[in-house]
Amino acid sequence: MGTTMSGDPVAMNGASASRTLTCDVAVVGGGPAGIAAATRAAESGARVFVIDQGLAPGGQIWRHLDRDHLPPLARQWIARCERSGARWLGGATVVDGTMHADAPGRVDDAPQHELAIVQHGHSFTVRARSIVLATGARERFLPYPGWTLPNVMGVGGAQALLKGGADVRGRRVVIAGSGPLVLPVAAAMARAGATLVAVAEQAPRRRVVGFGATLWAHPSKLVDAMRYRAAFVGTSYRIGTWVARASGEGRVEHVTLTDGRRRWREACDLLCCSFGLVPNTEFPRVLGCTVENGVVVGDRLQRTNIANVYCAGEPTGIGGELAALTEGEIAGLAASGHEAAAGSGPLQRARDDWRRFSERLAHAFEPRDELRGLVEPDTIVCRCEDVRRNRLDPSWTVRQAKLYTRIGMGPCQGAVCGPACQFLFGWEMGTVRPPCGAPTVGAWTETEADHV
Amino acid sequence: MTRRVEIVVDGERLFVREGAPLAVALFDAGHRAFRTSVSGEPRAPICGMGICFECRVTVNGLPHQRSCLVPCTAGMIVETSADGHDHER
Amino acid sequence: MTRSAHPDVVVVGAGVVGAACALALARAGLRVLVVDAGFPGCGSSSAAMGHIVVMDDTESQLALTAYSRRLWAEMASELPADCEDERRGTLWLAATDEELRGAEEKRALYARHGVEASVVDAKTLAEMEPNLRPGLAGALHVPDDSVLYPPNAARHFVRCAQALGAEVHERCAAEEIGAGTVRLRDANGNVEVVSAGAVVNAAGVDAPRLIPGLPIVPRKGHLVITDRYPGLCNCQLVELGYLHSAHTMSGASVAFNVQPRATGQMLIGSSRELVGRDASINRQLLASMLRRAIEFVPALERCNIVRAWTGFRPATSDKLPLIGRWEPLENVWVAAGHEGLGITMALGTAELLTAMMVGREPAVDPAPFAPGRLMPALCAGEEG
Repeated sequence: MGTTMSGDPVAMNGASASRTLTCDVAVVGGGPAGIAAATRAAESGARVFVIDQGLAPGGQIWRHLDRDHLPPLARQWIARCERSGARWLGGATVVDGTMHADAPGRVDDAPQHELAIVQHGHSFTVRARSIVLATGARERFLPYPGWTLPNVMGVGGAQALLKGGADVRGRRVVIAGSGPLVLPVAAAMARAGATLVAVAEQAPRRRVVGFGATLWAHPSKLVDAMRYRAAFVGTSYRIGTWVARASGEGRVEHVTLTDGRRRWREACDLLCCSFGLVPNTEFPRVLGCTVENGVVVGDRLQRTNIANVYCAGEPTGIGGELAALTEGEIAGLAASGHEAAAGSGPLQRARDDWRRFSERLAHAFEPRDELRGLVEPDTIVCRCEDVRRNRLDPSWTVRQAKLYTRIGMGPCQGAVCGPACQFLFGWEMGTVRPPCGAPTVGAWTETEADHV
Repeated sequence: MTRRVEIVVDGERLFVREGAPLAVALFDAGHRAFRTSVSGEPRAPICGMGICFECRVTVNGLPHQRSCLVPCTAGMIVETSADGHDHER
Repeated sequence: MTRSAHPDVVVVGAGVVGAACALALARAGLRVLVVDAGFPGCGSSSAAMGHIVVMDDTESQLALTAYSRRLWAEMASELPADCEDERRGTLWLAATDEELRGAEEKRALYARHGVEASVVDAKTLAEMEPNLRPGLAGALHVPDDSVLYPPNAARHFVRCAQALGAEVHERCAAEEIGAGTVRLRDANGNVEVVSAGAVVNAAGVDAPRLIPGLPIVPRKGHLVITDRYPGLCNCQLVELGYLHSAHTMSGASVAFNVQPRATGQMLIGSSRELVGRDASINRQLLASMLRRAIEFVPALERCNIVRAWTGFRPATSDKLPLIGRWEPLENVWVAAGHEGLGITMALGTAELLTAMMVGREPAVDPAPFAPGRLMPALCAGEEG
């Protein structure tokens, strides 16, 4: 693995060869879950490809420009993955997936799954006996007046910019959102020289305190939390406070915060606001995986309902990097045929622990009801198609809303407004239509032509 | 590691870190709006990871490129539609 | 469903065809009940391109498409903005001089039916559509063809019918049609048999479920839509070869068909195959469809795809819809089987049906569309 391996696969196979790569285990996603899965599978002797949009391994949470800046755990896992022999296909998007037509049903030794990949404008197919879906998560955005103004971004979005080297020195920043990302991003902003105006958590104090109390079972998380808080000690951390409105001419200039009793305004240059994470289940759904309550359904070996398709990490429930590593290890072992090791006591006990942690996390930082009331009639709900709240009828089905207003039909395909509408109206996520990741007509045509 | 290269954004020359995400370069250069929405609003990235499509700009003549996924390279020609003009025609 | 006791007409299916029929019948003064298993425009209408186009496979097809297109044009000013009605015109592309001679024959035929069209040479074509590949022989330009967004047209017709007193039941499935009766099941599972003066089966590809033996088969198609590239194409572009590839009844085929949407998006078609109701994407067929599109408009190669989907055209063996009385059952009428021309023919179908039902003189000869015409053999072996 490693970026040195990210050569053009066409060249790897010889220019005239078929654009099909064959392996035992294809891992979709190169964050902690994908890295752990690839490592364990490759260490077990399997031929493994990891396919990820990023140029370097790590996914969103371990995104980096310089590996030396990563925490030790991340460095260790990435190095171990490189030693394992798993091959890294970076800058690559999985746009589609199908069962291999020649091998329908269960033929144990035949590669069965095909992934259509676009990498640096080239297209090729990865054929694999097993697939591990480690597609990660994205932020949940909820609409409120002014949320479409420039310089209003997600908490994780701001973190991504920082990791990309953005200069925030002297910028007045408000961080208002929910969940475990708020503190580390506040700390990173402070360290990067931003002026933190306010840090707010929407969850009620009793829930946050209750969640904090349970962290004694995971001391490393508690230490992290205290260290992050210490990094912006000069700024108040308000629990039970949320954004009611953003305003400004051409960009955010003020944010209105509220704790439900009073409202006040803060001047700012950057507002970071999002409400926890939601699993990326689009590609799993393209493959036909069952999704319930927003998460991919899997068993104790991370098996989905589709034969030889496994799922690990955030798509099975938001639990953070340590949960993802555990599930990734299980999935990698199981996908490479080592089910006994995958089902062993220590890994399974850790998995159980992390699933309980995940449930507590979801409960503690569940978006509060008041957030539904922020939306005004002319507030934009769908940012791609600029569909405003007053065009939407909550009694519709999501499909009806899509067909009548084009909500969720733009380039992001409902990635942003889908979870928002689920929260606002109780709508299910809409049907996923391939391809994923907006490939060009030419690229998709090329990959699909390889299918037999 | 931190070689700086020249790119052109809306006709203006900009020196940026080679390999850094284009979205970061635009953010640092003070570009508040990256694109104009279908109803004419200025927009800028919110997710920073290729999901939201709000950071779309035209790169070397190709419209709708997500600047958060495009690494800066020397000589890159970038057009935002932040002025409300339609650069796609 | 108690208020619906004995309406004059129950229209089953609120696709663009059913919705247009409901509106025309309501305008004729009838008390109408419209039912749809989903919601207005959710079936084939939602998957359709929305190209309102004169077609000349047969004289009857030409007569009904031209008549219906005129009705759409008359209605254009009443359509709400979200129907995205645009008079784009169609360019039927001739790849060879032989095809261009065919275009000239078409022009003459259209002229006899009062449909404006002109043959454009290669140079004029390149000026009209700079992104078309060089080397085409020319095209037939039909300036009055148009493009619209079908789901909202269906929704608009249903709302207009409602304003005239029609009752609408969404998420209400028709299960069986009898002589002047229809058995309905609502979303809560409540079943009711409604008797009416007449029942109109406008259920598209589902029509044979309600009247077993109705000779309609689902003909699957794929469509792909891109991000916004305004100005990439100006007219709806279709290859003249479409007429050959689109009208062989068996086997899978693709043809070049690209439509510029009001949004600036490019809608790319088309494919045809007979595979029952399997809605999954046929990757190979889709790839050849997209390759064909790139052959004609090379710039499409670098356009981003937003999504792909499939839909089912309600096809008949003679490529004409079934419009009129269903003789085997009293008080039952059919308005279905429009294949790929349901949007185009919707208003004409509605006027024709209403004229026959209320005893007006129809504007187009209804005989070629009689639903019983394909009955004797019931199209045995049709799909082979």
